[in-house]
Amino acid sequence: MSREAILGAIRRGLRRGPVTEDTALLLRARLALHRRQLIPARSRVPRPAQVSLFLKNLEAVFGSFTRVADAAAVPEAVASYLAGHNLPFAVAIAPHPELRDIPWSERPLLALREGKGEAADLVSIQHGWGGIAETGTLMLPAAPDRPTTLNLLADTEIVVLRASRVFGAYEEAWDALRAERAGRLPMPRNIMMVTGPSRSADIESTLELGAHGPRRLHVVLIDDDPEAKET
Amino acid sequence: MNVDSPDFKRRAKRALDNASLQSALTATRGAFAARRAAAVAALPEFEALRDAAKAIKDHTLAHLDFYLETYAANVERAGGHVHWCSTADEAREAVLAICRGVDARTVTKGKSMISEEIALNDYLEANGVQPVETDLGEYILQLRHEAPSHIIAPAIHLNREDWERAFRKAHTDRPSDRRFAERRDIMVEAREELREKFLVADVGITGANFLIAETGSSVIVTNEGNGDLTQTLPKVHIVLASIEKVVPTLEDTTSLLRVLARSATGQDFSVYTTFSTGPRQEGDLDGPGEYHVILLDNGRSAMVGSEFQDMLRCIRCSACMNHCPVFFAVGGHSYGWVYPGPMGSVLTPALVGIDRAGNLPNASTFCGKCESVCPVKIPLPNLMRHWREREFERHLTPPVVRANLALWAWFARHPSVYRLATRAAARAMALASRGRGAFRRLPFAGGWTGGRDFPAPEGETFFARYARQQRQQGRNPR
Repeated sequence: MSREAILGAIRRGLRRGPVTEDTALLLRARLALHRRQLIPARSRVPRPAQVSLFLKNLEAVFGSFTRVADAAAVPEAVASYLAGHNLPFAVAIAPHPELRDIPWSERPLLALREGKGEAADLVSIQHGWGGIAETGTLMLPAAPDRPTTLNLLADTEIVVLRASRVFGAYEEAWDALRAERAGRLPMPRNIMMVTGPSRSADIESTLELGAHGPRRLHVVLIDDDPEAKET
Repeated sequence: MNVDSPDFKRRAKRALDNASLQSALTATRGAFAARRAAAVAALPEFEALRDAAKAIKDHTLAHLDFYLETYAANVERAGGHVHWCSTADEAREAVLAICRGVDARTVTKGKSMISEEIALNDYLEANGVQPVETDLGEYILQLRHEAPSHIIAPAIHLNREDWERAFRKAHTDRPSDRRFAERRDIMVEAREELREKFLVADVGITGANFLIAETGSSVIVTNEGNGDLTQTLPKVHIVLASIEKVVPTLEDTTSLLRVLARSATGQDFSVYTTFSTGPRQEGDLDGPGEYHVILLDNGRSAMVGSEFQDMLRCIRCSACMNHCPVFFAVGGHSYGWVYPGPMGSVLTPALVGIDRAGNLPNASTFCGKCESVCPVKIPLPNLMRHWREREFERHLTPPVVRANLALWAWFARHPSVYRLATRAAARAMALASRGRGAFRRLPFAGGWTGGRDFPAPEGETFFARYARQQRQQGRNPR
């Protein structure tokens, strides 16, 4: 069988048999500890600066944002973004409890359809699990209430993110995810780390936005974190 | 894929004479290097991260069997399947069997160099399954029946006119008098054409930048989002990956990701970095019902423990070719197989044999730029030198080269004769140049003087000058 052939060839190359039990213990410990390596200093800053860094990096990759005081202000922010870009008010939205708690009825023109993304969607609203300040990256793990297709099929993706969920470096997000998944499979089926709207430089090495995924990526950031607010 | 590397010299000559290719290469030359330099300058820790990246890969390779087994066990724990394949044949058959299992008619594909390595598209097509490349660059290459010429910018050899021509020929149900005013119009048309393919595909095939032992995840890194549509919409997701892609933990992967995009495109992070682990979980509204990993060896296990093991650290960022004077002179197709540039010149002989790829490690100026930008510090020039030695030992080097090397070796072993001969040559050439400092033409050096002048010696050899200067400084030159 090829499995044994491949493993055998590797071991012959390394001039040893299968790893000894002692070595295996050490390697399993390395996996269990999953030690952090070098984390760049740029995200090792106080909370308000981390949130600003996230937003600055998001804009650098052609994403945009609206910063609002609380969840009640989200419908207004979404409606004015859509109106400002001449986009339809028909929106596919993730069936997430945090999004359900938003008082959408204050903007009755917004027609929300809960569920996964469909081919005809022009606008989607996704639940932002986390943001990573280091590179302005959104972390969007798949879940029944956070379908992956909402990140892919619409022309415009709006992500509602709480400031308390902005992490400095990726490593902090991994630890938060591990804590959340305790007792389940360590990973959801899919995790998308999204850094700006879709793009390609395949035609004459020149950057163009909107290749296959969303052409626009907009973050509505809810300032729920007193420590992250700018003073 | 056919190995055309024995034909390197003829292909390189043809590439140098190809005006359209040269214009495409000239347009991009330097751009990759400038973007990488800017990204590196913006991250003070970059050098330290290179060391960390190298150490992670070295640690993994030293325990590759352990990490592969751990990875496979974790894929299975998440409900996925791992298919261990020693050869390209086995890998192709495994993919076809999975496609047949769901009566697949069309398969969408994200970018994968392994797919090129095992020539998957031709095989699927011959067996009644239609593959559709969805990466923009790979899509036009499929329309043109061409191989990629660069590992991350597959259509780097094409100009805008080539795109327009291919699209007009392929998309015949669109108005023939439509205009492509900007590059954007080309991309919009591709987006619309491919969106339909994404929606009807039965199976999605992607490559993998990393496999994570800790979690059983595969990672892809793209900018377009095509890989994500490919792996999310169909019933089945197949990952094509080679055995050296495995790394221990999420943290290790993160460190490698920090150097990958910066080295490749000069981005801090690619637009989509996606971790896939098994099929759809309970309650998920989307995602594939089956998840398979084709784990391909195809000659790599034989590199473990050899002088070429360092090459298995490669994370396919393309920095080496992006900074290579030879690559930008002859383009990727000259190399004659899947992997061009310096990394290809080391990897291709290992995977297809030095007897067929001997030209590649010789196609280097040994300027060393590739090694200096490699994010995992692979000593590429040194490895090419090893291949030249192997080629020589196996008597694969052409007779003329061997004869000249033997001649040089004789002189090198007789230093007094060597000094005498070089002194005579230096004097003669200085006289012959008549003080102009350079030769327009020189016997036996037409290849050099065809494109530039040959600098003339001033009359003194290096040895003589060194000895003179040492004496002037009161030292004994020995």
